Amino acid sequence: MNAHDGAGSHARFIGRDWTKVDGAAKARGEARYADDLALPRMLYGKLLRSSVAHGIIKRVDVGPALRLPGVHAVITAADFAPVRFGIMPSSQDEEPLCKERVRYVGDPVAAVAAADEETAERACNAIEVEYEPLPAIMSIDEALAETTARIQDYGDGPLPNVHKNVALEFGDLERAFSQADHVREDLFFFQGNTHLPMEQHSAVARYEPDRRITLWSSTQTPHYVHRALAKVLGMPMDRIRVIATPVGGGFGGKSDPFSHEICAVRLAQLTGRPVKITLTREEVFLAHRGRHPALMWLRTGVRRDGTITGSQIRVLLDGGAYGSYGIATTYYTGALQTTTYKIPAYKVESGRLWTNKPPCGPKRGHGTPQPRFALEAQLDKLAEDLGIDPVTLRLKNLTEPFTRTVNHLRITSNGLRECLEGVAEASEFRRKWRHLPFGQGVGIAVSSYLCGAGLPIYWNDLPHSAAQMRADRGGVTLQCGAIDIGQGSDSVLAGVAAEVLGLNPDEIKLVTADTDLTPVDLGSYSSRVTFMAGNAAFEAASKLCDFLLTAVSRHLEVSRALLVMGDHRIYDRENPECGVSFAEAVTLAEAQFGTLVTAGGYKPPALAGPFKGSGVGVSPAYSFSACVAQVSVDPGIGAVRVERIWIAHDIGRCINRTLVLGQVEGGVYMALGEVLMEEQVFRKNLHKIPSMLEYKSPTFLEMPPVETILVETHDPEGPFGAKEVGQGPLLPVIPAVANAVYDAIGVRFDEIPITPDKVIAALERKAGDRPVRVGPKQFPSFEFRAAIKVDPPDGWERPWWTPTGADAAGYAEASRAIQPPPRAPRPAAGRSEPRGRPQMR
Amino acid sequence: MKSLITLQVNGETQEVLAPVHKTLLEVLREELGLTGTKHGCELGECGTCTVLIDGTPALSCLTLAVEAQGREITTVEGLADGPAAHPLQTAFAELGASQCGYCSPGMLMAASALLRHNASPSREEITGWLAGNLCRCTGYLKIIEAVELAAARMRRAGAPAQRTPNAAQAAR
Repeated sequence: MNAHDGAGSHARFIGRDWTKVDGAAKARGEARYADDLALPRMLYGKLLRSSVAHGIIKRVDVGPALRLPGVHAVITAADFAPVRFGIMPSSQDEEPLCKERVRYVGDPVAAVAAADEETAERACNAIEVEYEPLPAIMSIDEALAETTARIQDYGDGPLPNVHKNVALEFGDLERAFSQADHVREDLFFFQGNTHLPMEQHSAVARYEPDRRITLWSSTQTPHYVHRALAKVLGMPMDRIRVIATPVGGGFGGKSDPFSHEICAVRLAQLTGRPVKITLTREEVFLAHRGRHPALMWLRTGVRRDGTITGSQIRVLLDGGAYGSYGIATTYYTGALQTTTYKIPAYKVESGRLWTNKPPCGPKRGHGTPQPRFALEAQLDKLAEDLGIDPVTLRLKNLTEPFTRTVNHLRITSNGLRECLEGVAEASEFRRKWRHLPFGQGVGIAVSSYLCGAGLPIYWNDLPHSAAQMRADRGGVTLQCGAIDIGQGSDSVLAGVAAEVLGLNPDEIKLVTADTDLTPVDLGSYSSRVTFMAGNAAFEAASKLCDFLLTAVSRHLEVSRALLVMGDHRIYDRENPECGVSFAEAVTLAEAQFGTLVTAGGYKPPALAGPFKGSGVGVSPAYSFSACVAQVSVDPGIGAVRVERIWIAHDIGRCINRTLVLGQVEGGVYMALGEVLMEEQVFRKNLHKIPSMLEYKSPTFLEMPPVETILVETHDPEGPFGAKEVGQGPLLPVIPAVANAVYDAIGVRFDEIPITPDKVIAALERKAGDRPVRVGPKQFPSFEFRAAIKVDPPDGWERPWWTPTGADAAGYAEASRAIQPPPRAPRPAAGRSEPRGRPQMR
Repeated sequence: MKSLITLQVNGETQEVLAPVHKTLLEVLREELGLTGTKHGCELGECGTCTVLIDGTPALSCLTLAVEAQGREITTVEGLADGPAAHPLQTAFAELGASQCGYCSPGMLMAASALLRHNASPSREEITGWLAGNLCRCTGYLKIIEAVELAAARMRRAGAPAQRTPNAAQAAR
């Protein structure tokens, strides 16, 4: 598959290494992040946060704060209409400032605007708040034990602190397990951890003279912040402008609308002056929205030859005090197990619980690293039980291209087999596995991830991403709501447009993530930007191409079909001397058609299945990854050292190879932190380690060499065949390391992180060669709701599309990638499907 | 109470009226508008705010501005030679060593001090030297490669920095 170079022979940038468009500004310290903004007369804001984990607010006295010189405003819940907000429409449970009740240490209670930061802090300390403490619920067990007191006044039940309770069953589970020769049940625990972006969240609000609002914010989702501000402030969206500044690290942690953003705006309205609020590092830990701690029970049945007959998972998530993305997380913990393996019958039961801790939400991989860890660790055990090596076991069960899963997910391009074989071979896995000396080991795992959620967060029928392009004597400008959070969103937009137009990426001027200037893109989450914004940019650029080719064709009196969009030039392919420069073509087209403005948009095909909950997990395409980790364990100090990582990723097609490799390496890095050291943990109701020193994350010294294999499968619906890379490569690394630790020391870590203290304790328990297990001992009794039973899609395991005719050489032939401009003339209105593009049947 | 603080920053003399307890980080960013220097924790834990003081990396969040008087301070804005980027900056941009870019100024300043006294650092010397600077995006590998590339280019004395992979852009 990767032999197909697709547009490679024509492509000037796609599939190659090139300098990211914002690289120079970032390397020169000239990228302007939110906290770098300083406006004339700007005030500094600060939030006063709850000091109790759970309590009723009896009294708030802001008087002492207001009397301090330099304090311009102090606000409380009384300064807002009683309107709640939240990222998901069905969990609107957050208040800009808490009115009656606080639900975790760090819940915002009041906000201050002052002449400088120190005065703002003094003012916060001067505010008097009296709480009536309520019992704090700090764990899954405590949430299940509480029978009367509620943290939130809504939830699925049956217990008072159950936020979501979902159950879905696909196929005949009972039959599936009866057909199994061997069934395993295992328990796993995945500790919560946080994004720890280098940049602390920051927002600057300005109240405009015409009473409009402008907010600059380090947010991954300016559109959703825009909506939340409109709702909470009771203002129409056209009176509010949200500008996302370059985000200094997101990883999901800046995807919710936050109190500090709303309070900055309110303070600006009340003072008539710009207000900036930048969170301290401790506040970033409290803002959180990170990985849910997950307790999991997993049962999988296999035939003697390793074929999976069925699988069932139960999950309890520790959600924290608010909804955040938790509804989606609850479904995601069950949704993507099936995209890597053919599982004929599958059941998921998942519950999200309220606890008095900072809300959990989406962190890189959103809800899928936990069950993926469980599944891949269990497959390692199943392989051992059956006496089959873990590569062979997996190869036996892999999903195929252009098939469906039992839970109604449509798979398109799929390079999982190449990924798995690639890492196994490169790492010499089969030679090393079970053959390395004590203390050294290898482990393997695979995974899959979305290329953008198939449905928007709030129901609407609009494009998920849109781009607008203008060309004139000043060059080409592309406007799109997408925001670069470091993943290379700007470079994707520029690279796609440049490739279509025959320009260089740094010649595409970008205007991004400004709700006044750019068409809506839903945001940098769910690995959607390359696929969706990339497709939108592709369409806008292709439409501009149409204008240029038509104009040049008339001008040169050469048939349009003979024209080639070359390097800064449009020319006759039969007589290359005959041509015009790109700039001339723009002038010709503008003279003929008027101002050249085009637009493009992307909306995924309708993919959701016929059942409630089917909106989560569907995506226009899936990426696939496989990983081998080699570790050495020092029994003396219990340290697990990762010696080397081999990782293969089905990227579809690289828009920019350098950036793809960077995302893979970054994903590996973040996974190593999660599996070996990172923990968002609490003691006596407080965050135990809210500092970058004590919240351990990998440094240069812990990062092993990474050998990356890119598998290109040319997805037929991705821009130039591209798929995601931002999240997928994190997923297989965690179980690969856990499996490698078992290979090294014979200790099964069914919980992560695998910290030195746990390693030493396990080795002390270990007598002789008897394996030892570290992990949860029991799954609490909990009444999951009765499962919605869903029949698998008809013929789900057979391909729904088979390359035929001209496509027989491989489905890559169906990709747009092999259709370099000029493109066939097409009607001015509407969007024609690329030739051979598979249609969902 | 404010004091007059005189600083040598990027070769220029700057006079600032600021309280004596202001950190160098605060004075650079808020008084002098040198926002290239970033902050990640303001507690000396992450390395993001690294600047050079007399050529040695220092955490500007733990340094009082008054302590830095009479010493030569270099920030990321002073790393480039006017419009010409420092070889480290060029290499960071080319190799994708900046993703979100937020840790880059601190990384660059620390790395530039390394290259000043060690023209051909080994991989171990690079990782050891930079281990106090955290990055959450890159997994560090592209940063290591960028430092190595810049070092190699700088060793070719006087040789102008060459652009690597991007033939099409270079050809322009």
